[in-house]
Amino acid sequence: MISLLILLPALSVIILNLPFGRLMRKIAFSLCLALFVAQIFIVLLPVSAGFEPIFQFNLMVDDLSRVVLFCIGIVLSSALFVGEHVIKDDDQRFNFLNLLLIALAGMNGIVMVKDVFSMYVFLEITAVASFVLISLYRDRDALEAAFKYFVLSAVATVLMLSSIALLLLVSGDTGFSAINAAIITSQHSRLVMMAMGLFICGLFIKGGLMPFHGWLPDAYSAAPAPVSILLAGIVTKTVGIYALIRIVTLVFVFNDPIKYLLMFVGALSIVLGALAALGQSDFKRMLAYSSISQVGYIIIGLGCGTPLGIFGAVFHLLNHAIFKTLLFVNAAAVESETGSRDMDRMSGLAEKMPLTGITSVLAVLSTAGIPPLSGFWSKLLIIMALWISGYRIYAVIAVAASVITLAYFLSLQRRVFWGKLGKEFGHIKEPGFMMAFPALVLAFIIVAVGILFPYLAHEFINLKELTGG
Amino acid sequence: MALLDELILLMLAASALWTVMTRSLLRSAIGLALTSAMLAMLMFRLNNPFAAVFELSVCAGLISALFFCIITITEPLTPEKVREEAGARFGRFRYLPVIVLLVGIVLRVLTVKVDVKIPALEEIADVRHFLWAHRQIDLVGQIIILLCGVFGIVILLKELRKKGG
Repeated sequence: MISLLILLPALSVIILNLPFGRLMRKIAFSLCLALFVAQIFIVLLPVSAGFEPIFQFNLMVDDLSRVVLFCIGIVLSSALFVGEHVIKDDDQRFNFLNLLLIALAGMNGIVMVKDVFSMYVFLEITAVASFVLISLYRDRDALEAAFKYFVLSAVATVLMLSSIALLLLVSGDTGFSAINAAIITSQHSRLVMMAMGLFICGLFIKGGLMPFHGWLPDAYSAAPAPVSILLAGIVTKTVGIYALIRIVTLVFVFNDPIKYLLMFVGALSIVLGALAALGQSDFKRMLAYSSISQVGYIIIGLGCGTPLGIFGAVFHLLNHAIFKTLLFVNAAAVESETGSRDMDRMSGLAEKMPLTGITSVLAVLSTAGIPPLSGFWSKLLIIMALWISGYRIYAVIAVAASVITLAYFLSLQRRVFWGKLGKEFGHIKEPGFMMAFPALVLAFIIVAVGILFPYLAHEFINLKELTGG
Repeated sequence: MALLDELILLMLAASALWTVMTRSLLRSAIGLALTSAMLAMLMFRLNNPFAAVFELSVCAGLISALFFCIITITEPLTPEKVREEAGARFGRFRYLPVIVLLVGIVLRVLTVKVDVKIPALEEIADVRHFLWAHRQIDLVGQIIILLCGVFGIVILLKELRKKGG
């Protein structure tokens, strides 16, 4: 059954490109939507392990996979709606839908495989789909951004393949369990340490963490609006962050050098990402740097290594996927109406676009960790985990960076949505259902998760076990 | 390592350097095909004929053919531009052969200590059976990646046809 999450998107691409082109173009949007929505609900149900009559895939779905599969469904649905509104050319829209399905198959594969080489194969599927998606409009900035991403991704690929080769040498297999057993046997070996370091550095590049972030601001800002949503909402989270969480917690040994490396890179990303965001005047570029900073929180929580820290990291991954997708949906709405991303040229847009203004405030406050929104709880858990485990300086850094986050996002709100409406924007309006629907759903999730978290934590999560108290 | 292997390795490094440093795209693609061919020869010498055949057919064959196709549809630079680019290119990469040579010498002199217990690999009787029985998910992944690559090329060619028309 779970193998269908990979096979169905791939089959759909083939079906959509069969003859009867016009009919296929008409059903493409509905087919994509059906697959994305089905994924959101399927991950909430108990699932069986394979589609035995034909394939014997070695897949798994645990709670971490379910969270990421759910995020993939939500973010891809949002990108689908925005793409339908923003991409005017029929051919480009059809290509976008096909590549969205390929990216879905790639990301689902990353989330469910139990083998490092298979993970690499699906990482490449997602990366190749992303290169093509970024350059969909073929304008100069987008092609340059896609090329940068391509080159740095190739560096990450070399690092990861070298690591896989070393791990194969050590364990004789590329399965998670075999590598884990081999690493436990010879965890102090320099060869093993090198293999782990290479793989983690490769994933840092894929996840766009500081100082490996060179491709990310260009790619997020130059890509078409729905592609930015896809990249910022889920692609980098799956290919970089999910893969890192999975590899570090399940395959590698959580030793001190890995902990220190993760916490250092996490703290660096939190601080430098937030400071870089402060100085931006391009709407999407500010969101890109903010993404780097927020991903830093996930990594620092993971680096803490305690059950509470890892839980906080996964919860922040979910929250970040939701609020960052909402912010990019809002950026797409603003760009489609004003034709610009320059925040210094805008003011008072909330008067003409009240829904976009309100949902943006919710996303901004959640990102800054203001109670009772969802982002508050995940940041609180990460900071608590750091404090309890004795990494107090990192906890202080995380709190201080939250204040910087609030500062640059309030500046964004003030420049774009508040104040007196600019004369040249007298004609603008809300862009319509296709943009409003995903924004409303995402804002609802932010508020609902935030308000219901104490209940959910009480009912479903053993906080005593997580805190060790 | 036999002298012949070292010679092949040296030629592999030389053709890889030529691939990166040459100013012509066509020569670069030929260099890549040569590098793949050298690698395939090494794999044959290391008793892995299946990997060698894959390397030769896919990298030296198919990928080079794709590069040649793409190069034929790109617009060549003017002779003046070629002269300008050539100088900048050699300037940018002039340290590369020295670095490759130094790394080669260091690796030749140093013996890398492999301080782990290396497990014995199980004998694989039939690679086809192994791939189908154990790596199905990777095969499906490769089909999807090919689909994606084809899609990227189709998008590019459609765009060119539109511009040409």
